[in-house]
Amino acid sequence: MSAILQILFDALSLGSLYALGALGIALIFGVMRLVNFAHGDVIAFSIFALLWPSVDVVARVGAGNLPWFLLIPFVLAVGAGLSVLAELTVFRRFRNASPATMMIASFALGFVIRYFLLMLYSSRPKSISLLPALSQPVEILGARIPLLQVITILATVAILFGLTSFLRRTRFGLEMRAAAENFTMARMLGVRANRVIMGAFALSGALAAAIGLILGSQTGTADIQMGANVMLMAFIATVIGGLGSLPGAVIAGFLLGAASVVMQVTLPIDARPFRDAFVYGAVIAILIVRPQGLLSGRGTKERV
Amino acid sequence: MAKRTSIAGRTIATPLILSALLLAFALLAVMVGSKPFNQTIIDIFLRVILVVGLYVFVGNSGVISFGHIGFTCLGAYAAAWLTMPPMMKQTLLPGLPDWLIALQLPYWAGAILAALWAALWAGIFGKVLMRLSGIAASIATFAMLAMINTIYSNWEDVTGATSSVVGIPILRSIWPFLIAAILAVFIAWGHAISRTGLALRAARDEPTAASASGIDLPRERLIAFIVSGAIMGMGGALFAHSIGVVTPDTFYLGLTFITLSMLVVGGMGSLSGAVLGVLILSSLIQALRWLEAGVSIGTSTFAIPNGVQEIALGIVMVAILAFRSAGIMGNRELGWPKARPVAPATTGQQQPELNKGVSK
Repeated sequence: MSAILQILFDALSLGSLYALGALGIALIFGVMRLVNFAHGDVIAFSIFALLWPSVDVVARVGAGNLPWFLLIPFVLAVGAGLSVLAELTVFRRFRNASPATMMIASFALGFVIRYFLLMLYSSRPKSISLLPALSQPVEILGARIPLLQVITILATVAILFGLTSFLRRTRFGLEMRAAAENFTMARMLGVRANRVIMGAFALSGALAAAIGLILGSQTGTADIQMGANVMLMAFIATVIGGLGSLPGAVIAGFLLGAASVVMQVTLPIDARPFRDAFVYGAVIAILIVRPQGLLSGRGTKERV
Repeated sequence: MAKRTSIAGRTIATPLILSALLLAFALLAVMVGSKPFNQTIIDIFLRVILVVGLYVFVGNSGVISFGHIGFTCLGAYAAAWLTMPPMMKQTLLPGLPDWLIALQLPYWAGAILAALWAALWAGIFGKVLMRLSGIAASIATFAMLAMINTIYSNWEDVTGATSSVVGIPILRSIWPFLIAAILAVFIAWGHAISRTGLALRAARDEPTAASASGIDLPRERLIAFIVSGAIMGMGGALFAHSIGVVTPDTFYLGLTFITLSMLVVGGMGSLSGAVLGVLILSSLIQALRWLEAGVSIGTSTFAIPNGVQEIALGIVMVAILAFRSAGIMGNRELGWPKARPVAPATTGQQQPELNKGVSK
């Protein structure tokens, strides 16, 4: 029983990360058809913001020493700010470009962010102790679960609820959903395009920063490569979920997390190192069966 | 038949000009005569092979593939299996079958077999993947790359897992790489003007009209996938011979993105764009590396800080794409002055189908 509970929590907390990442990518894809490869680097940038203003070789946590009620808004603001800056300086020039061009531009931007961090902090992972109280285990129904896992899951659920009500209850959310559905039509009906896109970038950046916070406190390190893995899985989740569909992205994120954890436990010992190959094989199988994704977003179907 | 020779006649200028350009780079290396510069030019030729291989599929079909470096990985390890001294294979890769351990081929035979090996797997994967379109196809090719990487990173006694496989004969001469790059250009050109290449480009630009004209899209894509897989495999084999060491992570995301970037910056829909993208971006990278190492002007040495090279490269790429969103060459090819271009410039038509979601 407790083993099953442990697997469940592992799956949920890994899935939470993927789901948050997938949401960040799907939000931007929805409004401007951009597959944002810079997302992973925004995650890394947010983690390194904890070290500000020091750039010493030995990690000296600067901003990370703030009390949590200041720390969390600070990191979220850094992520959102960087993301909005990316839109203002780069993506605004690519409104009419083909998706391939935008994708490569976002990749180039991510490259710039990554090497900027590398230049300041070098490639060695830095240890940061972020909210150490969270690594204590708690006992739930006989299973010892790290408190952080519980908080990760709760935070994700809270973010999902917050985002849903934001998108459903506020005027801005309504505009954003309208823009995701049919951008041209929404503009004609008075939705201000640049404002909506900027909002999507801000939200997506804040989500990236949330992932950064979770990863930073899970691993206790700040590493430039950190965002890359989550970003790849999130990217896959976005596509499996149905590009442009926010619920689809979340469901697929949790599904991928669950698949990874369950395969880790159930595969025979010899096959375990090859787990990722099985996960990716499953991804291909899902795409063959449902190429439009699990929940296909409206407006992404090909019109003839 | 008459029609086909006339297409070849009209477009032969493109591969000839590109080959001349590559030859000029090779002659430059011979003239400079320094070892590091020689290696730089070899690296450029390798990237030309890889990006041209990528172009055969991505350029003609309009589907972005993240998976082609997987075929490079297959080719590189195949070259290692075929050309390493049997003694070293015995110790490093004991899981190989005995006949393969005993075998030691010259590099060119190894490269040809590596290309066929990669083509075989391109055929197997392609048979499944080519039913997909647009971004679903892109992600599926990425999943393929990740599968290949995971298997090669963990299959201890056949691939040496993540540790380096050493002992592959190193080629120092520039000519095999030049010949392979020119060969890749001619194969790509031959494919682009063939019946299947034309059909594929027609389907890229007008999917509905093309399928109404009886074009079997999955089949044409599969052919392009196999041809490009073979070129990538050959590139991988030569890559292995250029450095003498292979690891799975050499052939993963880094190489995938740099080759894709070169293709898109050069112009996705054009063979000349593929080659020029490599030449221009590689020259830029090299120039920045020299600046990083320091250039002496008069008595003082001027050097840019480390890391600026990559940042500048990223900024230049964004800038090129911002001003020429279809890449440097767009959809055009190099030709003799006043000669007709291969594909009449149909800007706006060549929307890769990422935004269109999925066709049936």
